[in-house]
Order: sequence, then C-alpha cells, then structure tokens
Amino acid sequence: MNQTETMKEKEMVDAQAGPADPIMDPPASPSATATVDALAKRIDAEDLNIYYGSFLAVKDCTVSIHPNKVTALIGSSGCGKSTFLRSLNRMHELIDGARVEGRVLLDGMDIYSPSMDPVLVRQQIGMVFQQPNPFPTMSIYENTAAGLRLNRRRLKKTEIDGIVERSLRGAHLWDEVKDRLEKPASGLSGGQQQRLCIARATAIEPEVLLMDEPCSALDPIATLAIEDLINELKKRYTIVIVTHNMQQAARASDYTGFFNIEKSGDPGVLVEIDETEKIFSNPSLQETEDYVSGRFG
Amino acid sequence: MAGSAVSMPLGEGSGVLPRRAGLLVFGISAVASALLCLVLGFSPFVWLIFTGLFSLVTITVWSLAVEGRRRALDRVMTVVIVEIFVLALVPLISLVYTVVSEGLARFDVQFLTEDMRGVVGEGGGAFHAAMGTFIITAFATVAAVPVGVLAAIYLVEYGKGRLKRSITFFVDVMMGIPSIVAGLFAFALFALFFGPGIRLGIMGSVALMVLMIPIVIRSAEEMLRVVPNSLREASYALGVPKWLTVLRVVLPTALAGIVTGVMLAVARVIGETAPLLVTTGSIDTTNLDPFDGRMANLPVYVYEQYKFPGVPPEAFIERAWAGALLLILIVMVLFLAARLISRRYGVEIRR
Ligand SMILES: Nc1ncnc2c1ncn2[C@@H]1O[C@H](COP(=O)(O)OP(=O)(O)OP(=O)(O)O)[C@@H](O)[C@H]1O
Ligand SMILES: [Mg+2]
Repeated sequence: MNQTETMKEKEMVDAQAGPADPIMDPPASPSATATVDALAKRIDAEDLNIYYGSFLAVKDCTVSIHPNKVTALIGSSGCGKSTFLRSLNRMHELIDGARVEGRVLLDGMDIYSPSMDPVLVRQQIGMVFQQPNPFPTMSIYENTAAGLRLNRRRLKKTEIDGIVERSLRGAHLWDEVKDRLEKPASGLSGGQQQRLCIARATAIEPEVLLMDEPCSALDPIATLAIEDLINELKKRYTIVIVTHNMQQAARASDYTGFFNIEKSGDPGVLVEIDETEKIFSNPSLQETEDYVSGRFG
Repeated sequence: MAGSAVSMPLGEGSGVLPRRAGLLVFGISAVASALLCLVLGFSPFVWLIFTGLFSLVTITVWSLAVEGRRRALDRVMTVVIVEIFVLALVPLISLVYTVVSEGLARFDVQFLTEDMRGVVGEGGGAFHAAMGTFIITAFATVAAVPVGVLAAIYLVEYGKGRLKRSITFFVDVMMGIPSIVAGLFAFALFALFFGPGIRLGIMGSVALMVLMIPIVIRSAEEMLRVVPNSLREASYALGVPKWLTVLRVVLPTALAGIVTGVMLAVARVIGETAPLLVTTGSIDTTNLDPFDGRMANLPVYVYEQYKFPGVPPEAFIERAWAGALLLILIVMVLFLAARLISRRYGVEIRR
C-alpha cells in the first residue's frame, strides 16, 4: 500500500466515533430527499463497447448495478476498469477521440441518448478519483460547497451551511475540520483530502457514486475509515468502486465484478459478476478463482 | 563484480575540508589578487579574473590533497559554475551601477514633479514623461490582457485542429515582430484614418499592445497548461459545465501565474523606444489625454535629452540618466510586485 502520510490515531477514532448516524440527521434543505434511506437509482449497461480512438478498451459489457448496493470492480491493471467506470457518467468522452457504443440506462433512461445533457448526467452520477483532488484555490468549506455554488443553485447561505455540515459529517470529516473550514483544503492530510472529495461529491446529492481506487493513496487506517464510510453511504447512494485490494472488495462490497483481458492489446471483458460472497468462495469461472485467490499469469 | 567492489577503497582521501572552505578560498584569493593588482597596477577587471583563477586552482589542489578525486571534481565544478554565474551578472551589475551613479545627480523632487515647459538649460524634469509612460502602458495593458488571456484559454481549453495550429503559428510570428515594425503598423493604421503626421498617445498604446499580446498569450498558455487535469475532471464530475469549470476552477488556479506573466510583459514593453518615437512624438508639456496630440514618455524623453543636448549639454545628459534611472526603478517595482503577487496568491500546483 502506498502510504503517503500516516494518519494520527486520533483521526481514526474520530472517524469511527463520529455522530451516531449522520445519515439519520434530518436533511437541512427542503429540496433534499425526504426519506433518509432513499432508494437510489440503478444502472444497466447494455452491450457497452468503449473506445480510445480506434482502440477498443472494453468489449461487450452488459451488467446491472443494483441500487443501494456496493459493487466492486476488480481485475488486473490495464483491463479497463477505470475506462468502464468513467463511461458510466460520461467522463470518458472528455478524452480526445474517446467514444462509447451501446447504452447505459440510469433507472431506464439512456444517458447516452442524444437529448441527454452530459452535465446533468454527471450531477446525478458523482465520482471520486484515485488521487484526492480538492480545488487548491478554495477553502475546505468552499470545496465542499463547490458543486452547489458552481452549478449556480440558488440557495441561501444557511442552506449551504447546512449541506456543507451534513456532507462533512457524512464523510466523517466534520469533527476534524469544523474549526478550520475557512482554511485552504491543501492543508489537510491525504486521507482527509480524500474524505473531503467524498463530501464534495455527496454534497450535490447524486444518485450514484463512482469511486476509482479511492484508497490507493491512503494508509490502512484511513482505508478502513473510508470503507466504513462506504458502508454508510450505500444507505443513500448506489456505489461502484474499483479496487486492487481483494480484502477491500470482500469486506466492503455486495457485488463483485471481475474484468479480465486475454493478452495486452486485447479489449478488457467483464467476465463474471455476482454476489461478492459467491465470487470469493465459489466463482463459476476458473480464471476468476485464480485471480481472487492470487494464482494468475 | 561484488568482489571487486569490496576490494575497491571506499574513498581515496579520507579527510574533509572545513565547512565553508569554498567561501574561505574565494575570500583569500580575492584579497591576494587585490594586493597583486595594487602592486602591479592592474585594473579591477583583471582583479576579477585573477580571483577566479586563484580560487579555482587553490580549491582544486587543496581538495585533491585532502578529499580525493571525486570530491575535488565536485568542488571544481561548483566553483566553475559559480564563477560563470558571476560572469553573467557582471553586465547587469555594471549597468545598474552606471545608471545609478550617473542618474542620482538629477534624481530630485524637481525632476519628479516638473515638466520641461520653457526649460532651456538646467532644471526641468520628467513628470510629463513619467505620466505619459504610465498612461500609454496602462492603455496597452488594458487592451492586451483580455485578448491575450482569452486567446490562451482558447488554445489550452478549447482549441482543436487547424485553427489552433494556425493561431499558435501566428503568435510565434507576432513574437518575432521587431518593435519598430509594431510602431510603424500603429502609425500606418492611424494615418489611414487621420492623415499622415498624426501623433497620439493612444497610437503608442496600440504599438505596445501588438508587442504585448503574444507575450501575454505565451505566458498565460503556460500557466493554464500546468493546471492539473485532475482539477478539471473533479469539476466536470460535479456536473459543472465546461465554461464554468474554466472560469471558476482553472482560471483562479492559474491566476497568480497569469498576473506575473502580465507584469513581465509590461516590464518588457515599458522601455520600448522605437515604436513610441514614431507614434507618440515628443513634447515638453504635460499631456494626460492620450486621444489628443503628442504625449511624452520616458524612453523617448531619455533619447531626446541625450540625442539633442542644448546648452549646457551636461544638464541634458544628466536628465537623460535620471530618466533612465526612473525607468529602471519602475521596471524593478513591477518585477517586485509580480513576485509578491505570485508568492501571496500563488497556489501550489502539485502534479
Ligand atoms: N487516455 C487514454 N488513451 C488511450 N488509451 C487509454 C487511455 N487510458 C487508458 N487507455 C487504455 O485503455 C486500457 C484500459 O485502461 P484503464 O485505465 O481502464 O485500466 P484499469 O483497469 O483502470 O487499470 P488500473 O488498474 O491500472 O487502473 C489500457 O490498455 C490503457 O492503455
Ligand atoms: Mg484505473
């Protein structure tokens, strides 16, 4: 594990002994979802072929991602997990020459239909990246509120205050930063920054949260804190997480999908997806078994 | 392989030179060669060369004797690099020294507060020229910065294909325009509308703007490029449209760098003489309206004082030096401001 910064023990305690259940706090704004354990949306990908220019990176991917569940994606490096993830909220097409064929349905609505505005898609399907990437010019508060402010949602200051506090509590970060909300976000540790990014992504209340190796730059303690967090977030969001850490997939997810690649240069294929328990105890394919038990190549 | 490595001595010389050995050697060499030059009556320039050679030889021999080859080589390279650096500084130091020592004679309150109206010999000042320089440069900056920054945003964030390539090409071409050509361009442009012989402060601004735009584009482009892509992606992933991402995320992150670039561009054009000579003309009285008649400015002022001295000529030459000093001071203030701004508001960009 790439340990950039050892978190203080206190941080872990804070993270775990935060408010009893932040999700249960009443929503601050009337526009927020009324029920606390709101049913999030499901995603169905159909015959997805994802290209970089003429290079086919992911082939014939058909998969259902269940609402309010954590779906983990595993597989060796370069087999197209990030590519697939980024195609779920139309981030993929931001790369020059990149395109997607097939359909991705968000509760039955095709996000790739021509009438769909990618900006609206991304407001519903949030993303947390491998490297924490808070905006360096903004304070902790402004970072958390960035999605609200940048989208010019007309909210009162008190409403924004409420959402910021709720998101930071939800990300188990509130107690650590409540006294320095106006300080620049770059002054936080790596783990804190990653939780800030999660708070920022949840502040706009998406339906789905995509996480691309969110713990790969964190130490084991921060990793556990984030896994706890994921476990709570799924009450509210549908979560897809890419990870290279088998234990993490086994611990934190309800479903696990295994991507594989025949040989380099071939497209990645989603070979098997099933309940996490089944994938790790009794997968139906030999290659999956080899991979999760560490015998491959 | 491993055997030979072990049998090799770990270091030829076991000793270490005292801390600051380099400085010590430089000091001693400087004193020694100063004495030598005094005795033999050589110039300070020879003294500099002697100091360089002496310290190079001394440190080499000393380090070789005590520390061995590897460290001696390191010392030699350090000394050589430091000396080359000092050599590169010589023109700058000599220039600043000359301008300050010659310019101080007339760098007084009168010089800063009076113009040249009715002055035939001694007295007078450069107030009109300093104001002219401020106004002309300010207008040029106000026009060049939006154009330059917007062009840079286009090139970095939006540009594709042939249009982007051709804009980049034309920016390169503009970069190479000799300043007198920019001046003639402004002159020709205004002559077209107002007839030949027209002289306005704003014409100078147009000429300087032509010179500034490519510099601003280049530096702003550079600054926008180092904004990490991950910040743009973070913003897009929040459902922020592209133009808002550029405006609220990319630009603020690059702002300090862009401001610094603009300051440097201003510093670069503020001393331009040739284009102003043909566009603003020169005048002895204070004119604060760039749209009405000739406008004095520092570079042209310095040039005229030096080129057409009256009686007594010393008064004119002294005013020229003082004008040059004022110009250097303004540029220095701009550089310092740029430094301060980038230190104060700069964000650390991690890649
Ligand atoms: N911007 C890009 N342009 C062209 N090809 C790309 C680009 N990004 C990724 N690829 C290719 O697409 C394939 C899948 O890459 P992807 O990043 O999705 O892999 P991954 O499964 O996320 O790997 P890792 O576990 O290392 O993050 C690789 O062969 C990669 O070389
Ligand atoms: Mg990846």
